[in-house]
Amino acid sequence: MSTITWPILSVLIWLPIAGGVAMLALGDRGIALGRWIALITTAVTFGISTLLWTNFDTTTASMQFVEERTWIPLFNSLYALGVDGFAMPLIVLTAFITPLVVIAGWTVIEKKPAQYYAAFLILEGLMIGVFAALDAMLFYVLWEAMLIPMFIIIGIWGGPRRVYATIKFFLYTFLGSVLMLVSLIYMYLQTCDAGQCSYMIADFQRLPLGLNEQLFIFVAFLAAFAVKVPMWPVHTWLPDAHVEAPTGGSVILAAIMLKMGGYGFLRFSLPITPDASDTLDWLVISLSLIAVVYIGFVALVQQDMKKLIAYSSIAHMGFVTLGSFLTFELMRVNSGDMTGAAMGIDGAMVQMISHGLISGAMFFCVGVLYDRVHSREISSYGGVVNTMPVFAAFMVLFAMANSGLPATSGFVGEFLVILASFRADFWYAFLAGLTLILGAAYTLWLVKRVVFGPVANHHVAELKDVNGRELLVLGVLAIAVLGLGLWPAPLLDVMRPTVENLVQQITVSKL
Amino acid sequence: MQEVVTSFGMQAAAAEIFLLTAICVILLVDVFLSDSKRWITYGLTLLTLAGSAFVTVKYAVDGRVTAFDGMFVADPMGDVLKLFSYGTVAVSLLYSHDYLKRNGLFRGEFFILALVALLGVMVMVSAGSLLTVYLGVELLSLSLYAMVAFDRDSGVAAESAMKYFVLGAISSGALLYGFSILYGVTGTLQLDELAVGVREVGAGNLGLVFGLAFVIVGIAFKFGAVPFHMWVPDVYHGAPTPVTLFIGSAPKIASFVLAIRVLAEGLDAMVASWQNMLIAISVASMIVGNVVAIAQTNLKRMLAYSTISHVGFILLGILAGTNDGYRAAMFYTLTYVIMAVGSFGMILLLSREGFEGDQLEDFKGLQRKSPWFAAMMMMLMFSTAGVPPFVGFWAKIAVLGAVVDVGLVWLAAVSVLLSVVAAFYYLRIIKLMYFDEPSDTYAIQADGTLRTVLSANGLAVLALGIFPSVLLDLCARVLP
Repeated sequence: MSTITWPILSVLIWLPIAGGVAMLALGDRGIALGRWIALITTAVTFGISTLLWTNFDTTTASMQFVEERTWIPLFNSLYALGVDGFAMPLIVLTAFITPLVVIAGWTVIEKKPAQYYAAFLILEGLMIGVFAALDAMLFYVLWEAMLIPMFIIIGIWGGPRRVYATIKFFLYTFLGSVLMLVSLIYMYLQTCDAGQCSYMIADFQRLPLGLNEQLFIFVAFLAAFAVKVPMWPVHTWLPDAHVEAPTGGSVILAAIMLKMGGYGFLRFSLPITPDASDTLDWLVISLSLIAVVYIGFVALVQQDMKKLIAYSSIAHMGFVTLGSFLTFELMRVNSGDMTGAAMGIDGAMVQMISHGLISGAMFFCVGVLYDRVHSREISSYGGVVNTMPVFAAFMVLFAMANSGLPATSGFVGEFLVILASFRADFWYAFLAGLTLILGAAYTLWLVKRVVFGPVANHHVAELKDVNGRELLVLGVLAIAVLGLGLWPAPLLDVMRPTVENLVQQITVSKL
Repeated sequence: MQEVVTSFGMQAAAAEIFLLTAICVILLVDVFLSDSKRWITYGLTLLTLAGSAFVTVKYAVDGRVTAFDGMFVADPMGDVLKLFSYGTVAVSLLYSHDYLKRNGLFRGEFFILALVALLGVMVMVSAGSLLTVYLGVELLSLSLYAMVAFDRDSGVAAESAMKYFVLGAISSGALLYGFSILYGVTGTLQLDELAVGVREVGAGNLGLVFGLAFVIVGIAFKFGAVPFHMWVPDVYHGAPTPVTLFIGSAPKIASFVLAIRVLAEGLDAMVASWQNMLIAISVASMIVGNVVAIAQTNLKRMLAYSTISHVGFILLGILAGTNDGYRAAMFYTLTYVIMAVGSFGMILLLSREGFEGDQLEDFKGLQRKSPWFAAMMMMLMFSTAGVPPFVGFWAKIAVLGAVVDVGLVWLAAVSVLLSVVAAFYYLRIIKLMYFDEPSDTYAIQADGTLRTVLSANGLAVLALGIFPSVLLDLCARVLP
């Protein structure tokens, strides 16, 4: 059982935010000190988040480290926090990635550095809050509030088309989420009719809902989460946002923000509207497969490194949605294939964590090159291995992981999802399996063009290999990617009761 | 016995009486002041506001108390709204001080007109009869017409005052015509008797519905709701910024209370009729306000259209026709006023000698010049757009909850989708402030008061966003 008696989740949320406010107060003049504040805050946050992992009870699916305070009595909304096997790994991932972002921007950010770090720190607190919120209203507030720092990050520190990209990013996500808000309010009023007004997600999950209600709610959720994941065809904001965002912004966006869509499906869509999910799973599965195959081809023809990785993110996130929604198909076809269903969700979760690490690492790699040459065009590079051998080794490793090579974390998630889809339908597995070819094709071709070959131009010839700071970031990520790939059992153990519970939950019809 | 009732009547209206007396005193004092001593008028005005607040608190009531044969009502909702009106008027005067001085508008009449307008608001807030309502409406409107034209050298201001006056007179006529029909059908002007009368006659009575239509026209005009919104952009744009700021503050509270007193208290039995009318008006306001705001290049004009769309939201709460809805509308009105006052305050902050600071372009690169105030404006804009964790978000939640509760889910969906449209033009301001380079090098010249109050205003938007219960519970207490 957890032995932590102090409000650990609140600390995880508010510590970075307090650090961010402190940085704003300090301003650019005290940036030498400010950088250290940022680093120490995020490092301490990560340290505390590991306590979540070590004190986590892996035998129960119920929420742990729960905190509850009244917040808005009139709406019966609580400041309620807690984590289960889905939220906890994502929180640790968030706390793990943010210090790396701080380190990566150490000397690179010259424009308004204090605000840069402050935005990331505040963003970290909000993101942890999204994963930890047990109250739907709290969840929504943090979910939307998160857009503000990201909007600023892309808008101020982004590339030439940053304004277009950031407004598109904001409006797209905002548009997706507002209908979710209406459905949350609707469900809240349903709980009132049932006698106990509540915004708790757990109460929503227990709420009996008719099929038509469920379908509307499901579509509203789909709009919110599909934009965030992002699923084809609402993915178009992502390549723009990624390309224009500064390296740190891209990393956070790919590594964590996209995961919120997948997390939302697992936390809201599946358990709250199981029958609607069952009815419409064909839609999500087809969109996922389109993402995997079609976006894979799109990635192949990109000229811009960041764009290529952005499209590869969309393709990889397709596995997350595919794994989550295969469950229903498995229940139908194999008359209650619990193992297969659990496998799909396991795969989705592992894929999220692993993609968080790998895509983050890939964006770091691009950032390293960009900081030196100030170009993201693939054609500006070639033969980087000759001048940056250490960097090249890392980039090749992450590229292998991105294409799902066994022994890297990229393999585990994809493999689990493909296995689960085999149980459902051969053609699902066939299409999903194409990613192994496509992913390898676009990633390795990227590596070939950028890293190998003769030195392309004088920029490449003048490149200096990674410095200690970059080595630290890439090294830590490499260890995580390999660790999770070789030994995913701890992660699966942490999730098992939660996954089993979810599968149980969604097999029971609400009708 | 007779004496007790009389003195009670005086007590219920103590704040109004105090304010009226003070206005007379200030008017007299001001005559004898030279221009260099004008600050005395200003100081007395602020003191009057504080004094009114004191009187209101001292004679605050627990329940509904009527006075002057039912013409006048004191209730907790009224007290809160009055206190809020003093606050916003005080804040808008503090914001305006500098601007008025710079532009030669720092004259006693300005403050007196503002106080008379406030008195009009208070009369409307405490109206117990249709006549009192009308009295308040006219008191407020006439003061506002004069205030809009206050800068008499400005042709634009005179033009917009003229427009405001002509259209306002027509709408007052419509309102009065509607009242007269209601009176003709039910035989009473008293709001509580009207409620009984309507039930006796039957809510479907053609005469009543006919009268109601005119009343709605009047209310929609005072709110500035589509299709009676034509005056809003012109007046907001043409009036001197302090006046625009003033119109955006207490008079919005008055419009809200006009709707509550007449529709919710007097004509509550006809909710089915006015609900449908308000749905059309509300949706039209949100569409026109939000879409047209995108095309604006002048911030005052943009905020005018944004006001129109927010009015649509306030009407959503009212048209729900439930106590939840009225409460939500009240909460929305109060938060809107806080945000509007702050936004117009920002324009005053940027203004300087010979420079209005009301073009969108003027906000370019503000973050370079003043990170602090850029952050304040950002919070105000996000709040106005309804993005959490700012208070504007909770206003939207409250209203949406009320609307969904009465089964109008489609209306809630339409309104949130339109609020995405709105997000675009608020984001544009943030874009100008944060992502663009400044187009000039002038520093902000505003005085310390404006800076302090504006900072408090901006921070209030954040604080109330994180702890919305402070204001929500207050609304819940007075509108149980």
